[in-house]
Amino acid sequence: MRNIAIIDYGLCNLDSVVRAVEICGAQPLPTRTPEDLEEADGLILPGVGAFPDAMAGLEQQGFVEPLRRLVLDQARPFLGICLGMQLMAEYGVEGGERAGLGLVPGKVVRLLPDAPGTRVPHVGWNEVHHLRPCPLFEGIPTGRDFYFVHSYHFAAREDHILATTPYCGSFASVVGRGTLFGTQFHPEKSLADGLKTLRNFIALC
Amino acid sequence: MLKIRIIPTLLHKDLGLVKGIGFNSWRRVGSALQSIQVYGLRGVDELIFLDISATNDSRPPDFQTIDDLADNCFMPLTVGGGVNSLEDVHRLLRVGADKVAINSAAVATPGLISEAAKRFGSQCMVISIDYRQHPDGRREVFTHGGSRPTGLDPVAFARQAADLGAGEILLTSVERDGAMTGFDLEGISLVSGAVGIPVIASGGAGGYEDMYRAVVEGGASAVAVASIFHFTEMTPKEAKRYLADRGLPVRLDAAASSPS
Repeated sequence: MRNIAIIDYGLCNLDSVVRAVEICGAQPLPTRTPEDLEEADGLILPGVGAFPDAMAGLEQQGFVEPLRRLVLDQARPFLGICLGMQLMAEYGVEGGERAGLGLVPGKVVRLLPDAPGTRVPHVGWNEVHHLRPCPLFEGIPTGRDFYFVHSYHFAAREDHILATTPYCGSFASVVGRGTLFGTQFHPEKSLADGLKTLRNFIALC
Repeated sequence: MLKIRIIPTLLHKDLGLVKGIGFNSWRRVGSALQSIQVYGLRGVDELIFLDISATNDSRPPDFQTIDDLADNCFMPLTVGGGVNSLEDVHRLLRVGADKVAINSAAVATPGLISEAAKRFGSQCMVISIDYRQHPDGRREVFTHGGSRPTGLDPVAFARQAADLGAGEILLTSVERDGAMTGFDLEGISLVSGAVGIPVIASGGAGGYEDMYRAVVEGGASAVAVASIFHFTEMTPKEAKRYLADRGLPVRLDAAASSPS
């Protein structure tokens, strides 16, 4: 059974992710100390919260450097979810500019309504259109609906955008490269297709 | 395209789920865990779980119960009832709530909205507004399970909540709740027109046409429904088919959340 570390930096919806990983047949390891990351086959950075507080939490608990080393140097499979995906960026602008983990180039900016009646936050089910092949999409047709709840999005470089979602124009709903991924949607809350996404990630670990 | 959501509402009182009329005359409608499992199998868009006696009993949310429920919920879950502090919000998010609804405390301490939004992000702060309409047409926000008048106008209060960082408004007409006679379309439209955040229409759904009108005439992003799913043959799935046939974007490929 694969061990999946779920990084607990104090703010996130830890339980939902832990439970979903369990259902997907892996051993979830909620972790508050960077040492625990070493043992894990894969890493999940969940997220509900605000960017600055989340980064402060990761820094205080000493996660930033170990994460960068494991993910960038050792290619340990990594999945950032929602705010966890946004934290992968170089920096965010929520509540003032602040550095992110810098795992994927780009910045996190606010969604800007492109038409009257477009509301922010973007809350609900919306389509995920695949742009490039990605192991997370295995067995999931393009255009399926996933659950989103966010006000900011990851403005990533085009070659790191794996899928987009039509809202406020269009934004990156999956970013990544190699075995490093981020989903703006919540796979743990997106019913069968969401759990399938998690299983696909676990299969890479 | 972002889909219109149909959200079953589960009202928890004492030891089980209830549904009333006008925030009164509660009838027992079964267990919360069972309902969540059934709605999961049906692949509903989202669920709202409100502990309607917490505030009046002056007690915090029942974190243990909510933890157990969230463990069985692989769809988005909004939790409310008795939420009074940043710590309550934090604990609910940690046990598995995706969004937290604040009602009475948001009126008593609007600063709680901005503090919670700053710390946890606007996207998970739902401001639940219960209101009644007076014979002269004036609408007024009520707290404590619809029992305490506040003198506040729901439109102005919704706007203030949005300015303070709320991410969504759950707007409930107290007298229409459970009446199954249709939504207060004018009230919904006034609020949705005043804010740039999503509005969930609640209170009064009697049929699929009411849901359609709440979206098209009221400008709601989602409709919360309880009585007709408890007491009639109507289902979330059929509701969405009806909306789809009338040209609204909904999620029809409602694949179940069955764990295997």
